Amino acid sequence: MSETRHPPVWQHRTTGKRLLMWFGWLCLVALCVLCWQIMTKDTIWAFVSDAPRQAADLGSRMIPPRWSYLERLWLPLWDTLNIATLGTLLGILFAIPVAFLAASNTTPSRVLVRPIALFIIVASRSINSLIWALLLVSIIGPGLLAGIIAIGLRSIGFVAKLLYEAIEETDILQVEAVTATGASPAQVLNYGIVPQILPAFYGISVFRWDINIRESTILGLVGAGGIGMQLQASLNTLAWPQVTMIFIVILATVVVSEWVSAKVRHIII
Amino acid sequence: MLDVSNISKIYAAGDKALDNVSFSVPAGQVVGLIGPSGAGKSTLIRCVNRLVEPTSGSISLAGKTITGLSSGELRSVRRRIGMIFQEYALVERLTVMENVLSGRLGYVSFWRSFTRRYPAADVQQAFALLDRVGLIDHASKRADALSGGQRQRVGIARALEQNPELLLIDEPTASLDPKTSRQIMRLLIEICRERQLPAIINIHDVVLAKQFTERLIGLKAGRIVFDGAPTELSETVLTTIYGEEDWKTLDSDMEAA
Repeated sequence: MSETRHPPVWQHRTTGKRLLMWFGWLCLVALCVLCWQIMTKDTIWAFVSDAPRQAADLGSRMIPPRWSYLERLWLPLWDTLNIATLGTLLGILFAIPVAFLAASNTTPSRVLVRPIALFIIVASRSINSLIWALLLVSIIGPGLLAGIIAIGLRSIGFVAKLLYEAIEETDILQVEAVTATGASPAQVLNYGIVPQILPAFYGISVFRWDINIRESTILGLVGAGGIGMQLQASLNTLAWPQVTMIFIVILATVVVSEWVSAKVRHIII
Repeated sequence: MLDVSNISKIYAAGDKALDNVSFSVPAGQVVGLIGPSGAGKSTLIRCVNRLVEPTSGSISLAGKTITGLSSGELRSVRRRIGMIFQEYALVERLTVMENVLSGRLGYVSFWRSFTRRYPAADVQQAFALLDRVGLIDHASKRADALSGGQRQRVGIARALEQNPELLLIDEPTASLDPKTSRQIMRLLIEICRERQLPAIINIHDVVLAKQFTERLIGLKAGRIVFDGAPTELSETVLTTIYGEEDWKTLDSDMEAA
């Protein structure tokens, strides 16, 4: 009768799992130490200690911005907006069919077509706009067109990926109901799936347009038109007050585009 | 009217949902399909319009074999079969009118349906049906703005817009409160009587099934274990279909209802 009954003990994790987690944290710390060593190996510390002075020097040369330069920025800024907008439209145009081919519930063939569509998405996403622009400038020459196509190519993957995920998340019952009326496959898409993905589609498109405005500001660095070309020219001639002016214009544009995109998405969703 | 013979369905995972099911529905008869969850009720009615492809067996509607049709022929058979769903299955972001008109999709060209330019007769019929189910004032509202009972009425109007020769009704009241359930069941039965329309109704609620249908089929683990008039549905039969339970309370529910 001396045996005492212990209340049952509950543990969130077993002892084995806790040891494993400890080991995991240990590895993470070790990795951080290793990274720090590699990072600082080639650092010249004299330059680092000099950094605040250098920064102050550059800053003093950049201020005040050259406000009169503004009038020569309007046209490049307009070009930048055009690159972003037309590039987004181009991307969306190609992304829509790719998304329907990639979504497992609308693809005509999961074995053949779907992998191709997914490959297009990955290929487009894996290459940065700047690199697309670099390639296109050497293929079709410098200018707006290269920028528009670069933005378009990069947007296909982004829009198609988010859109095909939205297609796969549609309510199958609504699709079933439309199918049951004897609708053709095109009508099933039009009535069963499109109404369900429309809000996502608008949201994704505006979001990508907003990202593209930011990306298109630097395309000029490789000669693909827009305000980036002015930036490069100013950097090359060490015209720091002009660089500041360009920064201000870019910042203002990005703020406005983010505001517009947030507003539009709020209205739609 | 509808002949189902030796239908079996084995899903890809190996589950046998239907096992050699045969029955036929004469014109104008309303059949209640009862049975526990997972007995294969939904699979069975989805086999009839081949939303689910039966593994073996044959189904024919008014002498025309449905099983084995090409996709084009299947569409022309589907438009003769109206279907009503448990969660209403309306296209939520379309208007009530668009939902009802979608019952005509099997009859109009893609371009007409895309631009929403349906023939005037179809639109007139849609208005008449909305009037019949009491939603004439809601035609321009979006489907997701309606209550559950109203949505199910739109679902009924959509199915009738097809001018169907058969109705397949999957758990019409499962998402509705008891009062609305009875109203919806009454409406369905009235409409079937008016049009001499045969119907198969999947239904969980045995009390409702006994009250509103003229014939009951009991399904258990993919097999028919009962087929007869609601009055024949004794406690022993209920035990065969659903398993051991005190069924006496069910009858007192009946009297109360």
